[in-house]
Amino acid sequence: MELTRKEERALQGEYGDGLMLAYKILVSIGNANNATKLIPIKWAHVSGVNFNTIGEAGVKFLSELDKETKVTVTTTLNPMGFDLKKDNNITEDFKINQLSIINSYLSLGIKPSFTCIPYEIFTLPKKGEIVSFAESNAAVFTNSILGIKTNKESSLSSLASAITGKTPYSDLLIDDLRKPATSIQLDTDLQTESDFGLLGYFAGKIAKDNCIGLEINSESLDIIKSKAISAGIGTSGMCGMFSTKNNSCEKISFGKTELKQVKDDLNTAEKGELIVFGSPQLGFEEINLLGHLTERKKFKKPCMIFCPRSLTECNNKMVSKLKNAGADINCDSCTCLTPLITKNKYDSIVTNSIKCAYYMKHANKIDVSLKDMKSIIKEYCE
Amino acid sequence: MRNINCKKIVGGKAEGLALLSNKPLNMLSMFDTKTGQIKDKDHDLFNQTLKNRILIFPNCIGSSVGAYIFYSLKINGFNPKAIICTNKCDIITASGCAISDIPLVDGTGLSFGSINSNTTVTVDADKEIVIIHTI
Repeated sequence: MELTRKEERALQGEYGDGLMLAYKILVSIGNANNATKLIPIKWAHVSGVNFNTIGEAGVKFLSELDKETKVTVTTTLNPMGFDLKKDNNITEDFKINQLSIINSYLSLGIKPSFTCIPYEIFTLPKKGEIVSFAESNAAVFTNSILGIKTNKESSLSSLASAITGKTPYSDLLIDDLRKPATSIQLDTDLQTESDFGLLGYFAGKIAKDNCIGLEINSESLDIIKSKAISAGIGTSGMCGMFSTKNNSCEKISFGKTELKQVKDDLNTAEKGELIVFGSPQLGFEEINLLGHLTERKKFKKPCMIFCPRSLTECNNKMVSKLKNAGADINCDSCTCLTPLITKNKYDSIVTNSIKCAYYMKHANKIDVSLKDMKSIIKEYCE
Repeated sequence: MRNINCKKIVGGKAEGLALLSNKPLNMLSMFDTKTGQIKDKDHDLFNQTLKNRILIFPNCIGSSVGAYIFYSLKINGFNPKAIICTNKCDIITASGCAISDIPLVDGTGLSFGSINSNTTVTVDADKEIVIIHTI
């Protein structure tokens, strides 16, 4: 990889330990991915915030970063482990480690956004610009729907890019590599947001490259469906983008059988003891829809909703309605590797999210009943 | 003695006994960071540690936060001296070695068939050379 003289000096440590480490991370990843150079970015979105994801080693690494180090581009942050403004029933040890992580990120100058849907909360750079997004659903959505370019970054690579303002020029940043070699042909009607999530999960699993094609009319994809596909793709593999413009691709069928197969993989329970919405966190449209569906109704089982704090502030009316229906609203956090839902408390949950289902089953070891939002409200509200 | 060309991912030089596996490692789910042992019964390195060895393996799989496990192994003194990836080097291994100062090279397509755990290997990442020492 070719470095400029200034980048070379930064790598040698002339501009401090923080920049040296950040360049070291980017150069190693650039070498691995055959990047030819580093290229400027307009925004970074950093993951690895929840203590359950990065653990004690992550806490130590972040706390030992050079205190003079700061991010040089706008940088937003993924969700943490719990709602900062609520009295959460979690261990003191978890709280101490979680707060240490947050302090480390904030002292770098990162915005405490605690959201996995920056594309619904912020005005992002323009189409065609380059960013460094670590959260998988956000990377897929940003590439596929917004046309902003990012590789599917990691906690460390996005952090290094936030500090240097640069990313290795490789893979999905190169226009010729933003084209699929394989595409999924839809041989069944997809009805609900969960069906679109399952399509994404299937696509991510079979994708061998960075981009997978979907034979689908892009105009039929509203934000809820697009988000479900993106989260599904991000959950099951390394693919960072889907494209609806596919010419001469190898076609793979996604019919009733495939839909059932992927559903059976994640759907392990008939019913759930807890209703969970928000993985990725719910956005404006989903909160509105859920508010309307639960109008003058009450949840029959406990219900946890995860959404960004800024959204509860600008959509207070709907959030109040959901609280009146009995929902427990959680900001700053997400269902993914959450310490709030444990096997000790619940044997099973019901959710409409493929990402939630996957992580509940694999990380939290809890059974999942997978249903779409309308069916959940019909069955679990009165 | 046999010299093999490779590609530098993280710089540095180290020498040690080889630890060979043809299976990928999932850092986040396979390691006990307190003992440094690999706890996956299905892995051919089950119950072994990477300590002071030259790890020769295909690549890492799984969550990218697995990179922090390399850092954890380093802090606890269980880290390998250097790593050779025999498949395309992935970003978990690359970034994990970068933050832990472990020399790392990409040896895609190279043959390490004659090597066993008594073979001494030198990795000189800066010169992009792997030296296999014959007894």
